[in-house]
Amino acid sequence: MSTTTPASVPKPRVGDARAGEHQSENVKQPAASEVQAKISVRNLDFFYGRAQALYNLSLDIPERVVMAFIGPSGCGKSTFLRTLNRMNDTIPGTRAVGQVEIDGRDIYAPGTDVVELRRKVGMVFQKSNPFPKSIFDNVAYGLRINRMTTSKGELQEKVEQALTDAALWPEVKDRLKTSALGLSGGQQQRLCIARALAVQPEVVLMDEPASALDPMATQKIEELIVELKQQYTIVIVTHNMQQAARVSDQTAFFWLGKLIEINSTEKVFTNPDEKLTEDYITGRFG
Amino acid sequence: MSEVSVSGKNFRRVVNTLMTSLTAACAFFVVATLVIILGYIAIRGVTSISWQFLIDTPKPVGEGGGIGNAIVGSFIMMLLSSVVGLPLGIAVGVYLAEFGDGWMGNIVRFVTDTLTGVPSIIVGIFIYTLIVLPMGRASALAGGIALALIMIPIVARTTEEMIRLVPTSLREGALALGAPQWRVTLGVVLPAASSGIATGAMLAIARISGETAPLLFTALGSRFYNYYLDKPMSSLTVQIYNYAIGPYDVEHKMAWAATLVLMALILAINIAVRFFTRQKV
Repeated sequence: MSTTTPASVPKPRVGDARAGEHQSENVKQPAASEVQAKISVRNLDFFYGRAQALYNLSLDIPERVVMAFIGPSGCGKSTFLRTLNRMNDTIPGTRAVGQVEIDGRDIYAPGTDVVELRRKVGMVFQKSNPFPKSIFDNVAYGLRINRMTTSKGELQEKVEQALTDAALWPEVKDRLKTSALGLSGGQQQRLCIARALAVQPEVVLMDEPASALDPMATQKIEELIVELKQQYTIVIVTHNMQQAARVSDQTAFFWLGKLIEINSTEKVFTNPDEKLTEDYITGRFG
Repeated sequence: MSEVSVSGKNFRRVVNTLMTSLTAACAFFVVATLVIILGYIAIRGVTSISWQFLIDTPKPVGEGGGIGNAIVGSFIMMLLSSVVGLPLGIAVGVYLAEFGDGWMGNIVRFVTDTLTGVPSIIVGIFIYTLIVLPMGRASALAGGIALALIMIPIVARTTEEMIRLVPTSLREGALALGAPQWRVTLGVVLPAASSGIATGAMLAIARISGETAPLLFTALGSRFYNYYLDKPMSSLTVQIYNYAIGPYDVEHKMAWAATLVLMALILAINIAVRFFTRQKV
Protein backbone atom coordinates (compact mmCIF):
# COMPACT_ATOMS: atom_id res chain seq x y z
CA MET A 1 0.00 0.00 0.00
CA SER A 2 1.15 3.50 -0.63
CA THR A 3 2.48 5.62 2.18
CA THR A 4 2.00 9.32 2.64
CA THR A 5 5.62 10.04 1.84
CA PRO A 6 6.85 9.58 -1.73
CA ALA A 7 9.63 7.03 -1.83
CA SER A 8 12.09 9.48 -3.33
CA VAL A 9 11.88 11.86 -0.39
CA PRO A 10 13.36 10.16 2.65
CA LYS A 11 11.20 10.79 5.66
CA PRO A 12 13.20 12.53 8.39
CA ARG A 13 14.37 10.45 11.34
CA VAL A 14 12.50 7.26 10.54
CA GLY A 15 14.12 7.18 7.12
CA ASP A 16 17.55 8.11 8.47
CA ALA A 17 17.64 5.22 10.87
CA ARG A 18 17.11 2.77 8.03
CA ALA A 19 20.45 3.87 6.58
CA GLY A 20 19.84 2.44 3.15
CA GLU A 21 19.02 -1.11 4.07
CA HIS A 22 15.84 -2.37 2.53
CA GLN A 23 15.97 -5.88 3.84
CA SER A 24 12.51 -5.72 5.28
CA GLU A 25 10.90 -4.92 1.94
CA ASN A 26 11.15 -8.33 0.36
CA VAL A 27 11.71 -10.85 3.12
CA LYS A 28 11.06 -14.39 2.01
CA GLN A 29 10.56 -16.22 5.26
CA PRO A 30 11.44 -18.70 6.67
CA ALA A 31 15.00 -18.44 5.41
CA ALA A 32 15.62 -16.03 8.26
CA SER A 33 17.69 -18.55 10.18
CA GLU A 34 20.92 -17.11 8.75
CA VAL A 35 20.13 -13.79 10.39
CA GLN A 36 19.99 -13.66 14.19
CA ALA A 37 16.30 -13.41 15.05
CA LYS A 38 15.23 -10.44 17.15
CA ILE A 39 12.76 -12.59 19.04
CA SER A 40 13.19 -16.30 19.29
CA VAL A 41 10.59 -18.49 20.99
CA ARG A 42 11.19 -22.14 21.77
CA ASN A 43 8.71 -24.67 23.14
CA LEU A 44 6.57 -22.14 24.93
CA ASP A 45 3.60 -23.37 26.97
CA PHE A 46 1.38 -20.95 28.77
CA PHE A 47 -1.19 -21.53 31.50
CA TYR A 48 -4.00 -19.54 33.07
CA GLY A 49 -4.18 -21.41 36.34
CA ARG A 50 -4.64 -25.02 35.22
CA ALA A 51 -6.00 -24.16 31.78
CA GLN A 52 -3.38 -24.33 29.08
CA ALA A 53 -3.62 -21.48 26.59
CA LEU A 54 -0.52 -22.01 24.44
CA TYR A 55 0.97 -25.31 23.33
CA ASN A 56 4.62 -25.76 22.47
CA LEU A 57 5.09 -22.63 20.40
CA SER A 58 8.33 -22.08 18.54
CA LEU A 59 8.95 -19.26 16.12
CA ASP A 60 11.46 -16.61 15.13
CA ILE A 61 10.75 -12.97 14.47
CA PRO A 62 13.53 -11.25 12.48
CA GLU A 63 14.50 -7.66 13.09
CA ARG A 64 12.63 -4.85 11.34
CA VAL A 65 9.77 -6.82 9.90
CA VAL A 66 6.09 -6.63 10.60
CA MET A 67 4.88 -9.95 11.91
CA ALA A 68 1.10 -10.46 11.94
CA PHE A 69 -0.66 -12.95 14.21
CA ILE A 70 -4.01 -14.11 12.89
CA GLY A 71 -6.52 -16.67 14.08
CA PRO A 72 -10.01 -16.96 15.54
CA SER A 73 -10.92 -15.40 18.88
CA GLY A 74 -9.51 -17.25 21.84
CA CYS A 75 -6.77 -18.93 19.84
CA GLY A 76 -4.09 -17.45 22.06
CA LYS A 77 -2.60 -14.81 19.81
CA SER A 78 -3.10 -11.97 22.32
CA THR A 79 -1.86 -14.19 25.14
CA PHE A 80 1.23 -14.97 23.11
CA LEU A 81 1.79 -11.32 22.31
CA ARG A 82 1.60 -10.49 25.99
CA THR A 83 4.22 -13.12 26.87
CA LEU A 84 6.72 -11.16 24.76
CA ASN A 85 6.89 -8.29 27.27
CA ARG A 86 5.74 -10.35 30.27
CA MET A 87 2.54 -8.35 30.50
CA ASN A 88 0.80 -11.55 31.60
CA ASP A 89 2.77 -11.33 34.85
CA THR A 90 0.13 -8.87 36.03
CA ILE A 91 -2.56 -11.58 35.87
CA PRO A 92 -2.44 -13.75 39.00
CA GLY A 93 -2.05 -17.48 38.48
CA THR A 94 -0.47 -17.38 35.04
CA ARG A 95 2.63 -19.38 34.17
CA ALA A 96 4.91 -19.55 31.17
CA VAL A 97 7.12 -22.57 30.49
CA GLY A 98 9.71 -22.52 27.75
CA GLN A 99 12.07 -20.00 26.26
CA VAL A 100 11.45 -16.52 24.93
CA GLU A 101 14.69 -14.91 23.84
CA ILE A 102 15.03 -11.33 22.77
CA ASP A 103 18.45 -10.50 21.35
CA GLY A 104 19.59 -13.88 22.60
CA ARG A 105 18.57 -13.31 26.22
CA ASP A 106 15.86 -15.37 27.86
CA ILE A 107 13.33 -12.90 29.25
CA TYR A 108 11.85 -15.52 31.59
CA ALA A 109 15.23 -16.27 33.16
CA PRO A 110 15.37 -15.47 36.88
CA GLY A 111 16.72 -12.01 37.59
CA THR A 112 15.34 -10.47 34.40
CA ASP A 113 14.55 -6.81 34.87
CA VAL A 114 10.92 -6.69 33.74
CA VAL A 115 10.86 -2.91 33.87
CA GLU A 116 13.84 -2.70 31.51
CA LEU A 117 12.29 -5.38 29.28
CA ARG A 118 9.06 -3.43 28.92
CA ARG A 119 10.94 -0.29 28.03
CA LYS A 120 12.63 -2.20 25.24
CA VAL A 121 9.45 -3.96 24.12
CA GLY A 122 6.72 -1.36 23.82
CA MET A 123 3.05 -2.16 23.56
CA VAL A 124 -0.04 -0.62 21.98
CA PHE A 125 -3.35 -1.94 23.23
CA GLN A 126 -6.61 -2.76 21.52
CA LYS A 127 -8.49 -0.02 23.27
CA SER A 128 -6.61 3.25 23.32
CA ASN A 129 -5.68 4.02 26.90
CA PRO A 130 -4.35 7.56 27.20
CA PHE A 131 -3.70 8.67 30.78
CA PRO A 132 -6.04 11.36 32.07
CA LYS A 133 -3.28 13.92 31.57
CA SER A 134 -2.41 16.42 28.87
CA ILE A 135 -1.25 15.27 25.44
CA PHE A 136 2.29 16.37 26.24
CA ASP A 137 2.37 14.62 29.61
CA ASN A 138 1.11 11.40 28.06
CA VAL A 139 4.05 11.23 25.67
CA ALA A 140 6.47 12.53 28.29
CA TYR A 141 5.38 9.94 30.88
CA GLY A 142 7.69 7.15 29.73
CA LEU A 143 10.58 9.57 29.24
CA ARG A 144 10.16 10.95 32.72
CA ILE A 145 9.83 7.65 34.59
CA ASN A 146 12.83 6.23 32.76
CA ARG A 147 14.82 9.45 33.25
CA MET A 148 15.64 9.51 29.57
CA THR A 149 16.07 13.26 29.28
CA THR A 150 18.34 15.67 31.09
CA SER A 151 16.73 18.99 30.24
CA LYS A 152 13.34 20.46 29.56
CA GLY A 153 14.34 21.29 26.00
CA GLU A 154 15.41 17.72 25.34
CA LEU A 155 12.13 16.45 26.75
CA GLN A 156 10.16 18.73 24.45
CA GLU A 157 12.27 17.66 21.51
CA LYS A 158 11.70 13.97 22.16
CA VAL A 159 7.98 14.45 22.68
CA GLU A 160 7.76 16.29 19.37
CA GLN A 161 9.76 13.58 17.65
CA ALA A 162 7.54 10.80 19.01
CA LEU A 163 4.40 12.66 17.99
CA THR A 164 5.88 13.26 14.54
CA ASP A 165 6.79 9.59 14.16
CA ALA A 166 3.25 8.68 15.11
CA ALA A 167 1.93 11.10 12.45
CA LEU A 168 0.06 13.09 15.05
CA TRP A 169 2.20 16.19 15.49
CA PRO A 170 0.44 18.48 12.94
CA GLU A 171 -2.93 17.78 14.55
CA VAL A 172 -1.92 18.40 18.16
CA LYS A 173 1.01 20.81 18.07
CA ASP A 174 -1.19 23.75 19.10
CA ARG A 175 -2.99 21.92 21.90
CA LEU A 176 -0.27 19.96 23.69
CA LYS A 177 -1.43 21.19 27.09
CA THR A 178 -5.04 20.11 26.61
CA SER A 179 -6.43 16.81 27.84
CA ALA A 180 -5.62 13.71 25.84
CA LEU A 181 -9.17 12.55 26.49
CA GLY A 182 -10.45 15.31 24.18
CA LEU A 183 -8.86 13.68 21.13
CA SER A 184 -10.82 11.50 18.70
CA GLY A 185 -10.55 7.71 18.92
CA GLY A 186 -8.04 7.48 16.09
CA GLN A 187 -5.97 10.34 17.47
CA GLN A 188 -5.97 8.73 20.92
CA GLN A 189 -4.65 5.50 19.44
CA ARG A 190 -1.89 7.36 17.58
CA LEU A 191 -1.11 9.17 20.84
CA CYS A 192 -0.69 5.78 22.52
CA ILE A 193 1.64 4.77 19.69
CA ALA A 194 3.60 8.02 20.17
CA ARG A 195 3.78 7.28 23.89
CA ALA A 196 5.17 3.83 23.17
CA LEU A 197 7.67 5.18 20.61
CA ALA A 198 8.90 7.96 22.90
CA VAL A 199 10.93 5.59 25.08
CA GLN A 200 12.69 4.32 21.94
CA PRO A 201 11.76 0.66 22.13
CA GLU A 202 13.24 -1.91 19.80
CA VAL A 203 10.10 -3.97 19.45
CA VAL A 204 6.53 -2.67 19.31
CA LEU A 205 3.72 -5.08 20.15
CA MET A 206 0.30 -4.08 18.82
CA ASP A 207 -2.80 -5.85 20.07
CA GLU A 208 -5.49 -5.19 17.46
CA PRO A 209 -4.52 -1.51 17.34
CA ALA A 210 -7.20 -0.54 14.81
CA SER A 211 -10.10 -2.76 15.77
CA ALA A 212 -12.05 0.06 17.40
CA LEU A 213 -11.37 2.63 14.69
CA ASP A 214 -13.18 3.75 11.56
CA PRO A 215 -11.69 3.01 8.10
CA MET A 216 -9.96 6.39 7.78
CA ALA A 217 -8.25 6.15 11.15
CA THR A 218 -7.40 2.52 10.42
CA GLN A 219 -5.72 3.53 7.19
CA LYS A 220 -3.62 6.09 9.03
CA ILE A 221 -2.49 3.50 11.58
CA GLU A 222 -1.66 1.02 8.83
CA GLU A 223 0.40 3.58 6.91
CA LEU A 224 2.14 4.33 10.15
CA ILE A 225 2.98 0.67 10.76
CA VAL A 226 4.55 0.41 7.31
CA GLU A 227 6.63 3.51 8.11
CA LEU A 228 7.63 2.29 11.53
CA LYS A 229 9.04 -1.04 10.39
CA GLN A 230 12.02 0.82 8.94
CA GLN A 231 13.12 1.32 12.49
CA TYR A 232 11.26 -1.12 14.72
CA THR A 233 10.36 -4.77 14.88
CA ILE A 234 6.58 -4.86 14.95
CA VAL A 235 4.33 -7.68 16.04
CA ILE A 236 0.67 -7.06 15.36
CA VAL A 237 -2.36 -9.10 16.36
CA THR A 238 -5.29 -8.57 14.05
CA HIS A 239 -8.70 -10.00 13.29
CA ASN A 240 -8.73 -8.21 9.99
CA MET A 241 -7.25 -10.48 7.33
CA GLN A 242 -6.97 -7.68 4.79
CA GLN A 243 -5.04 -5.68 7.36
CA ALA A 244 -2.59 -8.51 7.92
CA ALA A 245 -2.16 -8.82 4.17
CA ARG A 246 -1.62 -5.07 3.76
CA VAL A 247 0.87 -4.34 6.51
CA SER A 248 2.80 -7.48 7.38
CA ASP A 249 5.83 -9.19 5.91
CA GLN A 250 5.20 -12.46 7.70
CA THR A 251 2.07 -14.01 9.06
CA ALA A 252 1.58 -16.59 11.77
CA PHE A 253 -1.71 -18.45 12.01
CA PHE A 254 -2.81 -19.67 15.44
CA TRP A 255 -5.55 -22.13 16.21
CA LEU A 256 -6.60 -23.39 19.65
CA GLY A 257 -3.37 -22.28 21.26
CA LYS A 258 -1.16 -23.89 18.64
CA LEU A 259 0.93 -22.30 15.93
CA ILE A 260 -0.39 -23.86 12.73
CA GLU A 261 1.64 -22.06 10.14
CA ILE A 262 4.19 -19.29 9.81
CA ASN A 263 5.26 -18.05 6.43
CA SER A 264 5.69 -14.94 4.36
CA THR A 265 2.42 -13.07 4.25
CA GLU A 266 2.21 -13.51 0.52
CA LYS A 267 2.50 -17.27 0.81
CA VAL A 268 0.03 -17.54 3.69
CA PHE A 269 -2.59 -15.62 1.78
CA THR A 270 -2.07 -17.14 -1.67
CA ASN A 271 -0.77 -20.64 -1.17
CA PRO A 272 -0.75 -21.72 2.48
CA ASP A 273 0.91 -25.01 3.42
CA GLU A 274 -1.83 -26.07 5.80
CA LYS A 275 -5.43 -26.89 4.97
CA LEU A 276 -6.56 -25.29 8.26
CA THR A 277 -4.93 -21.98 7.31
CA GLU A 278 -6.61 -22.01 3.94
CA ASP A 279 -10.00 -22.77 5.49
CA TYR A 280 -9.63 -19.90 7.93
CA ILE A 281 -8.43 -17.39 5.38
CA THR A 282 -11.14 -18.27 2.89
CA GLY A 283 -13.73 -17.84 5.63
CA ARG A 284 -14.79 -21.47 5.96
CA PHE A 285 -14.68 -21.10 9.76
CA GLY A 286 -13.77 -18.50 12.38
CA MET B 1 -55.55 -2.15 15.56
CA SER B 2 -57.68 -4.40 17.80
CA GLU B 3 -59.45 -3.51 21.04
CA VAL B 4 -57.12 -5.67 23.11
CA SER B 5 -53.93 -4.04 21.96
CA VAL B 6 -55.35 -0.55 22.47
CA SER B 7 -56.42 -1.30 26.03
CA GLY B 8 -53.10 -3.07 26.62
CA LYS B 9 -51.29 0.02 25.44
CA ASN B 10 -53.38 2.22 27.72
CA PHE B 11 -52.72 -0.02 30.69
CA ARG B 12 -49.00 0.14 29.99
CA ARG B 13 -49.15 3.92 29.81
CA VAL B 14 -51.07 4.16 33.08
CA VAL B 15 -48.55 1.90 34.84
CA ASN B 16 -45.70 3.88 33.38
CA THR B 17 -47.15 7.20 34.55
CA LEU B 18 -47.91 5.73 37.97
CA MET B 19 -44.38 4.43 38.47
CA THR B 20 -42.77 7.64 37.24
CA SER B 21 -44.94 9.64 39.65
CA LEU B 22 -44.07 7.27 42.47
CA THR B 23 -40.31 7.69 42.02
CA ALA B 24 -40.76 11.43 41.60
CA ALA B 25 -42.76 11.52 44.83
CA CYS B 26 -40.00 9.62 46.67
CA ALA B 27 -37.37 12.02 45.35
CA PHE B 28 -39.54 14.96 46.34
CA PHE B 29 -40.00 13.52 49.85
CA VAL B 30 -36.23 13.20 50.38
CA VAL B 31 -35.46 16.68 49.06
CA ALA B 32 -38.38 18.16 51.02
CA THR B 33 -37.09 16.62 54.26
CA LEU B 34 -33.71 18.22 53.74
CA VAL B 35 -35.22 21.58 52.79
CA ILE B 36 -37.52 21.54 55.84
CA ILE B 37 -34.66 20.73 58.22
CA LEU B 38 -32.41 23.38 56.68
CA GLY B 39 -35.23 25.92 56.56
CA TYR B 40 -36.27 25.33 60.15
CA ILE B 41 -32.68 25.67 61.38
CA ALA B 42 -32.22 28.80 59.31
CA ILE B 43 -35.41 30.40 60.63
CA ARG B 44 -34.68 29.54 64.26
CA GLY B 45 -30.99 30.35 64.04
CA VAL B 46 -30.68 33.42 61.86
CA THR B 47 -32.16 35.84 64.43
CA SER B 48 -29.37 35.20 66.94
CA ILE B 49 -26.50 35.44 64.50
CA SER B 50 -24.39 38.56 64.69
CA TRP B 51 -20.73 39.37 64.20
CA GLN B 52 -20.35 39.47 67.95
CA PHE B 53 -21.86 35.99 68.25
CA LEU B 54 -19.39 34.61 65.69
CA ILE B 55 -16.27 35.90 67.48
CA ASP B 56 -17.27 35.89 71.16
CA THR B 57 -16.59 33.18 73.71
CA PRO B 58 -19.37 31.71 75.87
CA LYS B 59 -20.37 34.01 78.74
CA PRO B 60 -22.70 33.74 81.72
CA VAL B 61 -26.36 34.05 80.76
CA GLY B 62 -27.40 37.65 80.23
CA GLU B 63 -23.98 38.87 79.12
CA GLY B 64 -24.28 37.72 75.50
CA GLY B 65 -21.60 35.28 74.48
CA GLY B 66 -20.87 33.42 71.28
CA ILE B 67 -19.17 30.56 69.53
CA GLY B 68 -15.92 32.07 68.25
CA ASN B 69 -13.71 29.69 70.17
CA ALA B 70 -15.91 26.76 69.17
CA ILE B 71 -15.53 27.57 65.45
CA VAL B 72 -11.76 27.83 65.82
CA GLY B 73 -11.65 24.64 67.89
CA SER B 74 -13.72 22.70 65.36
CA PHE B 75 -11.40 23.81 62.56
CA ILE B 76 -8.26 22.90 64.47
CA MET B 77 -9.54 19.44 65.34
CA MET B 78 -10.87 18.83 61.84
CA LEU B 79 -7.49 19.81 60.45
CA LEU B 80 -5.69 17.60 62.94
CA SER B 81 -7.88 14.60 62.20
CA SER B 82 -7.53 15.18 58.45
CA VAL B 83 -3.75 15.36 58.72
CA VAL B 84 -3.72 12.07 60.63
CA GLY B 85 -6.69 10.31 59.08
CA LEU B 86 -6.61 11.14 55.37
CA PRO B 87 -3.08 9.90 54.55
CA LEU B 88 -3.59 6.77 56.65
CA GLY B 89 -7.01 6.08 55.19
CA ILE B 90 -5.88 6.66 51.61
CA ALA B 91 -2.81 4.49 52.17
CA VAL B 92 -4.98 1.65 53.52
CA GLY B 93 -7.31 2.06 50.53
CA VAL B 94 -4.38 1.87 48.10
CA TYR B 95 -3.12 -1.24 49.85
CA LEU B 96 -6.52 -2.90 49.70
CA ALA B 97 -7.06 -2.07 46.04
CA GLU B 98 -3.59 -2.78 44.68
CA PHE B 99 -2.23 -5.51 46.92
CA GLY B 100 -5.20 -6.62 49.00
CA ASP B 101 -6.25 -9.77 47.16
CA GLY B 102 -4.69 -12.23 49.61
CA TRP B 103 -5.78 -13.32 53.08
CA MET B 104 -4.08 -10.30 54.64
CA GLY B 105 -6.16 -7.96 52.49
CA ASN B 106 -9.34 -9.78 53.47
CA ILE B 107 -8.53 -9.38 57.16
CA VAL B 108 -7.77 -5.67 56.73
CA ARG B 109 -10.99 -5.22 54.75
CA PHE B 110 -13.06 -7.00 57.40
CA VAL B 111 -11.50 -4.99 60.21
CA THR B 112 -12.08 -1.74 58.31
CA ASP B 113 -15.74 -2.60 57.77
CA THR B 114 -16.15 -3.46 61.43
CA LEU B 115 -14.46 -0.21 62.43
CA THR B 116 -16.95 1.73 60.29
CA GLY B 117 -19.74 0.25 62.34
CA VAL B 118 -18.26 0.99 65.77
CA PRO B 119 -20.43 3.61 67.53
CA SER B 120 -18.52 6.86 67.79
CA ILE B 121 -18.97 7.09 71.57
CA ILE B 122 -16.96 3.88 71.90
CA VAL B 123 -14.16 5.49 69.90
CA GLY B 124 -14.38 8.37 72.38
CA ILE B 125 -14.07 6.07 75.39
CA PHE B 126 -11.21 4.20 73.73
CA ILE B 127 -9.22 7.40 73.19
CA TYR B 128 -10.18 8.54 76.68
CA THR B 129 -8.49 5.44 78.10
CA LEU B 130 -5.60 5.56 75.68
CA ILE B 131 -4.69 9.26 75.72
CA VAL B 132 -6.79 11.34 78.13
CA LEU B 133 -6.15 9.21 81.25
CA PRO B 134 -2.36 8.93 80.79
CA MET B 135 -2.12 12.67 79.97
CA GLY B 136 -4.23 13.52 82.97
CA ARG B 137 -6.48 15.92 81.06
CA ALA B 138 -8.71 16.28 78.04
CA SER B 139 -6.99 17.72 74.98
CA ALA B 140 -7.51 18.79 71.38
CA LEU B 141 -4.99 16.12 70.43
CA ALA B 142 -7.18 13.38 71.89
CA GLY B 143 -10.22 14.85 70.14
CA GLY B 144 -8.46 15.04 66.78
CA ILE B 145 -7.22 11.47 67.03
CA ALA B 146 -10.66 10.20 68.00
CA LEU B 147 -12.10 11.91 64.93
CA ALA B 148 -9.27 10.54 62.78
CA LEU B 149 -10.14 6.99 63.93
CA ILE B 150 -13.67 7.55 62.68
CA MET B 151 -12.38 8.90 59.36
CA ILE B 152 -9.85 6.20 58.50
CA PRO B 153 -12.22 3.32 57.66
CA ILE B 154 -14.54 5.56 55.64
CA VAL B 155 -11.69 7.03 53.63
CA ALA B 156 -10.04 3.61 53.21
CA ARG B 157 -13.08 1.92 51.73
CA THR B 158 -14.06 4.77 49.40
CA THR B 159 -10.44 5.05 48.24
CA GLU B 160 -10.32 1.31 47.57
CA GLU B 161 -13.51 1.44 45.55
CA MET B 162 -12.43 4.47 43.56
CA ILE B 163 -9.06 2.90 42.73
CA ARG B 164 -10.75 -0.32 41.64
CA LEU B 165 -12.78 1.75 39.18
CA VAL B 166 -9.60 2.85 37.38
CA PRO B 167 -9.50 0.69 34.25
CA THR B 168 -6.87 -2.06 34.03
CA SER B 169 -5.90 -0.71 30.62
CA LEU B 170 -4.46 2.43 32.26
CA ARG B 171 -2.26 0.37 34.58
CA GLU B 172 -1.15 -1.86 31.72
CA GLY B 173 -0.41 1.18 29.59
CA ALA B 174 1.92 2.53 32.25
CA LEU B 175 3.50 -0.85 33.00
CA ALA B 176 4.13 -1.36 29.28
CA LEU B 177 6.21 1.83 29.27
CA GLY B 178 8.52 0.37 31.86
CA ALA B 179 6.99 1.98 34.93
CA PRO B 180 7.55 0.12 38.21
CA GLN B 181 4.43 -0.77 40.18
CA TRP B 182 4.77 2.03 42.74
CA ARG B 183 5.07 4.67 40.03
CA VAL B 184 2.01 3.31 38.27
CA THR B 185 0.05 3.59 41.50
CA LEU B 186 1.33 7.04 42.43
CA GLY B 187 1.56 8.65 39.01
CA VAL B 188 -1.35 7.16 37.07
CA VAL B 189 -3.84 5.30 39.25
CA LEU B 190 -4.10 7.76 42.14
CA PRO B 191 -4.52 10.85 39.91
CA ALA B 192 -7.13 9.02 37.84
CA ALA B 193 -9.04 8.21 41.02
CA SER B 194 -8.38 11.56 42.70
CA SER B 195 -11.79 13.14 42.30
CA GLY B 196 -13.48 10.05 43.74
CA ILE B 197 -11.00 9.91 46.60
CA ALA B 198 -11.59 13.62 47.29
CA THR B 199 -15.32 12.97 47.43
CA GLY B 200 -14.71 10.21 49.95
CA ALA B 201 -12.48 12.49 52.01
CA MET B 202 -15.12 15.21 51.86
CA LEU B 203 -17.80 12.83 53.09
CA ALA B 204 -15.55 11.73 55.92
CA ILE B 205 -14.83 15.34 56.94
CA ALA B 206 -18.53 16.18 56.80
CA ARG B 207 -19.22 13.12 58.94
CA ILE B 208 -16.71 13.99 61.66
CA SER B 209 -17.64 17.64 61.74
CA GLY B 210 -21.01 16.51 63.06
CA GLU B 211 -19.59 14.18 65.73
CA THR B 212 -20.28 15.08 69.33
CA ALA B 213 -19.99 11.92 71.39
CA PRO B 214 -16.28 11.19 70.91
CA LEU B 215 -15.39 14.82 71.67
CA LEU B 216 -17.26 14.84 74.99
CA PHE B 217 -14.74 12.33 76.33
CA THR B 218 -11.65 13.68 74.65
CA ALA B 219 -11.55 17.40 73.83
CA LEU B 220 -14.22 18.11 76.45
CA GLY B 221 -14.83 21.73 75.54
CA SER B 222 -13.57 25.05 76.80
CA ARG B 223 -14.92 28.49 77.50
CA PHE B 224 -11.87 30.21 76.07
CA TYR B 225 -9.92 30.57 72.86
CA ASN B 226 -7.33 27.81 72.93
CA TYR B 227 -4.64 27.14 70.33
CA TYR B 228 -2.72 24.49 72.25
CA LEU B 229 -3.20 20.90 71.23
CA ASP B 230 -2.51 19.54 74.69
CA LYS B 231 -5.33 21.52 76.32
CA PRO B 232 -9.11 21.03 76.26
CA MET B 233 -10.67 22.63 73.20
CA SER B 234 -14.14 23.79 72.35
CA SER B 235 -15.97 22.54 69.29
CA LEU B 236 -19.20 23.55 67.58
CA THR B 237 -20.98 20.30 68.26
CA VAL B 238 -20.12 20.18 71.96
CA GLN B 239 -20.98 23.87 72.27
CA ILE B 240 -24.35 23.22 70.63
CA TYR B 241 -24.91 20.41 73.10
CA ASN B 242 -24.00 22.61 76.04
CA TYR B 243 -26.25 25.46 74.88
CA ALA B 244 -29.10 23.08 74.06
CA ILE B 245 -29.20 21.46 77.51
CA GLY B 246 -29.05 24.85 79.23
CA PRO B 247 -32.17 26.01 81.09
CA TYR B 248 -32.52 29.45 79.47
CA ASP B 249 -34.23 30.36 76.22
CA VAL B 250 -31.36 32.63 75.19
CA GLU B 251 -29.05 29.61 75.30
CA HIS B 252 -31.44 27.60 73.15
CA LYS B 253 -31.43 30.41 70.62
CA MET B 254 -27.64 30.35 70.54
CA ALA B 255 -27.75 26.58 70.03
CA TRP B 256 -29.93 27.10 66.95
CA ALA B 257 -27.60 29.77 65.64
CA ALA B 258 -24.54 27.56 66.23
CA THR B 259 -26.30 24.73 64.38
CA LEU B 260 -26.86 27.04 61.43
CA VAL B 261 -23.19 27.97 61.43
CA LEU B 262 -22.18 24.30 61.52
CA MET B 263 -24.46 23.45 58.58
CA ALA B 264 -23.09 26.40 56.62
CA LEU B 265 -19.52 25.26 57.30
CA ILE B 266 -20.22 21.71 56.10
CA LEU B 267 -21.89 23.11 52.99
CA ALA B 268 -18.90 25.36 52.38
CA ILE B 269 -16.50 22.42 52.71
CA ASN B 270 -18.60 20.42 50.26
CA ILE B 271 -18.65 23.19 47.68
CA ALA B 272 -14.96 23.96 48.10
CA VAL B 273 -13.88 20.34 47.62
CA ARG B 274 -16.14 19.95 44.61
CA PHE B 275 -14.68 23.10 43.14
CA PHE B 276 -11.06 22.06 43.62
CA THR B 277 -11.49 18.47 42.47
CA ARG B 278 -13.33 19.16 39.24
CA GLN B 279 -11.88 17.05 36.46
CA LYS B 280 -9.23 19.48 35.40
CA VAL B 281 -7.47 17.65 32.60
